[in-house]
Amino acid sequence: MSQRIDVTDLNIYYGDFLAVEGVSMAIQPSSVTAFIGPSGCGKSTFLRTLNRMHEVIPGARVDGKVELEGVDLYGPDIDPVAVRRNVGMVFQRPNPFPTMSIRDNVLAGVKLNNKKIAKSEADELVESSLRGANLWNEVKDRLHKPGSGLSGGQQQRLCIARAIAVKPQVLLMDEPCSALDPISTLAIEDLIQQLKTSYTIVIVTHNMQQAARVSDKTAFFNIAGTGKPGRLIEMDDTATIFSAPQQKATEDYVSGRFG
Amino acid sequence: MTAERGFSRGFRWISTGSGILLLAILAAVAIFLVQQALPALTASSEDLVAQNVLPQGMTSLWQLILPLVFGTLVAALLALVIATPIAVGIALYISHYAPKRVSAAVGYLVDLLAAIPSVVYGLWGGATLAPVIRHVWTWLAETLSLLPGLEVRATATGRSIATAAVVLAVMILPIITAVSREVFKQTPRLHEEAALALGATEWEVIKTAVLPFGRSGVVSAAMLGLGRALGETMAVLMILSPGILVSFQIFDAGQQQTIAAFIASQFPEAAGLRVNVLIATGLALFVITMLINMAARWIVARRKDFSGAA
Amino acid sequence: MSTTTQARTAGPVASPGSDEVRAMLRTSDVSRKRVNRVMKVLVHAAFATAMVPLLWLLYTVVVRGAARLSPYFLTVSMRGVFGGIDAGGVYHAMVGTVMITLIATVISVPIGLFTAIYLVEYGKGPLARALTFFVDVMTGIPSIVAGLFSFTLFSLFFGPGVRLGIAASVAVSVLMIPVVVRSCEEMLRLVPNELREAALALGVPRWLVIVKVVLRTSVAGITTGVLLAVARVIGETAPILITAGFADSINFNPFEGRMMTLPVFIYTQYRVGLVPCAPSDLACVPDVNVLRAWAAALTLIVIVVILNLLGRLVTRLFAPKLR
Repeated sequence: MSQRIDVTDLNIYYGDFLAVEGVSMAIQPSSVTAFIGPSGCGKSTFLRTLNRMHEVIPGARVDGKVELEGVDLYGPDIDPVAVRRNVGMVFQRPNPFPTMSIRDNVLAGVKLNNKKIAKSEADELVESSLRGANLWNEVKDRLHKPGSGLSGGQQQRLCIARAIAVKPQVLLMDEPCSALDPISTLAIEDLIQQLKTSYTIVIVTHNMQQAARVSDKTAFFNIAGTGKPGRLIEMDDTATIFSAPQQKATEDYVSGRFG
Repeated sequence: MTAERGFSRGFRWISTGSGILLLAILAAVAIFLVQQALPALTASSEDLVAQNVLPQGMTSLWQLILPLVFGTLVAALLALVIATPIAVGIALYISHYAPKRVSAAVGYLVDLLAAIPSVVYGLWGGATLAPVIRHVWTWLAETLSLLPGLEVRATATGRSIATAAVVLAVMILPIITAVSREVFKQTPRLHEEAALALGATEWEVIKTAVLPFGRSGVVSAAMLGLGRALGETMAVLMILSPGILVSFQIFDAGQQQTIAAFIASQFPEAAGLRVNVLIATGLALFVITMLINMAARWIVARRKDFSGAA
Repeated sequence: MSTTTQARTAGPVASPGSDEVRAMLRTSDVSRKRVNRVMKVLVHAAFATAMVPLLWLLYTVVVRGAARLSPYFLTVSMRGVFGGIDAGGVYHAMVGTVMITLIATVISVPIGLFTAIYLVEYGKGPLARALTFFVDVMTGIPSIVAGLFSFTLFSLFFGPGVRLGIAASVAVSVLMIPVVVRSCEEMLRLVPNELREAALALGVPRWLVIVKVVLRTSVAGITTGVLLAVARVIGETAPILITAGFADSINFNPFEGRMMTLPVFIYTQYRVGLVPCAPSDLACVPDVNVLRAWAAALTLIVIVVILNLLGRLVTRLFAPKLR
């Protein structure tokens, strides 16, 4: 189910502005890769190029290669809509559709593709997705209530259920816990551990302890100064990054000396 | 507050007084209309007939007001049906499809439609549009008449309520567009991105995130447009060749008439009880318009509560 | 597509090879793509549709209006002009338009501005809430109803059948006041609270804070709002038609006799329509009335456009940079 991503010499531009420069990395399947770094270092921007979400901003473009199992996501015959279907995303702030019920939220992505999904099939998918997101037991009695009535942590898990309901290969998470309280954060971190058996997971986080707790590999991004492009400084096993990084900048950052 | 003296106190009084004056004016509008409509509403049908204030063959005020209300509603609703989809389309174009620079220019062009005086719309509609659009109506009427049991007539002059409705639609387009585009622009980016990340196409993003979010806004925008179309006088007065019938022949002349155009056409020659009759029809228009506008505002206000809580 | 979905919902499958991935990233439902494209075309078509009447109308008004618009047309009235005589102009209507609109502005701006000041600076409690609601209600008054109101009001004092310029001004004011309140309110609310508090903290009395700080900061926006409100009511026809009637001669006195305005001029000339001309009468122009209506329409549109541009210019040149 899960797939590897290879990035080669990727530059990201907004108009003439070079936002991220020269990133190359390999993201392993069935593992959690964390991106850390100070604000504005381009880690979220980079994450969004992995499912072509950055294209929403006018003037955004990339050069270089992003390959999913050897297939370039930016190839001429590739459809960005299909890319986003296969590389799901969870955002900083939980964003269930406010006008839809919990059940409809889970089915939102599936219904785009398969409008006439049978009720039994839909029920099954709702249950399996919500179970997958550790939310089933909390909401099974109110599937037809609006999703906005849930707590922040529940809403975020609902968004995860919605993302995995379309059966993506990769799951991107853009600071998924930054708007949540510690208990909800813990629940999401547990969930990430369970999900990595079936998905390739990439998570951007501001919280170094979180990166240390959940990830197998960690990539450190940094920026030389305002107006300069962000760069990938170092990527290695999480344990190595936090105990014996190669670069001075990484060591300074993980030990809390700046950022 | 009690420490205010001299100018400060005077200034507060002037401000408060202005507010009260405004309410008094509005109350006066309502009171004068009711008071002046009463003689017509209470007059016996003998009086109405004897003083020759009703059109030929009518014996009661309601025989006049009912078809007028019907004509007003038909014209306004037709305009609404034409204008709303186009306005929503333009609003989406401005908020989601057009490049930033283009969308500002488009907004300005649509606002320009609102700046054109209604009498100019009437002149254009009567002198330029009607002789052209009559071909469309004739063809439509002929085509519809092919259906069994349906007889649709079209006038050769184009001076039908359908033509008036088209011009009304152009006139209310800017209001509906302006309100809708504001709501669409307020759609949280988060929800649009959520839809995109699920693999939605551009249109599916609009269908899943933008339209459900903006639905109540569009409804109230349409109702504001309806309120405007109901009270519009000149465009109808200068285009429509009127009749006082409850008739669904929207392509034919001499069928319907709207309240506002009826008043404007009869008032210059009216005197005595006739003026009261016209004011009574005006009162009916006032009440209908108020109800529609209040409903629209109510929907907007409720929507604010909703998004404030979420 | 349904087969893929079934395969996927059936449970985890083995990681597919590169070709399968390529196929997956390329697959996108053809019908979904088609719907997307159709909607895109429709949205653009909606915009194009709205531009048709705008361009058509402007083109017609400019082309047909230019035929008769001349300095002569702007400087003579319709006194003694009848039938197909190739003469007459809109001077009397311009005089009436300026008088009626000016008086309406003098009535509406103080009431509207002070009501807005009340709402922003003092307003709390039931009166403010009632005002906010009823200003919205007042915005929706049909213009003809405003005309009926003013007519009955003046009939009380001057007897039935009265036609006066001032009555038209009052009718127009009823339509103008809520517009002025709304735009002034919006402008006053843009003034940051810190400015007010800073001045109050210096011991400046409340009314001086409003005059010297709040109004001073928002004067450009208020001027723009008033200009746009004038642009909106200057085209009003129906309420003026039933309160000031129509006239062929110049009348400078709003308290005496009928008064013509440009919009009513357009309407009356259009209503008269074509005139029958004797074949021997070479000076007779059969469609002179319609031509006058178009020329007056062009004049009116030019005035409205100038007012709109002026409004925008005032904001651009004089508005303080608050943000």
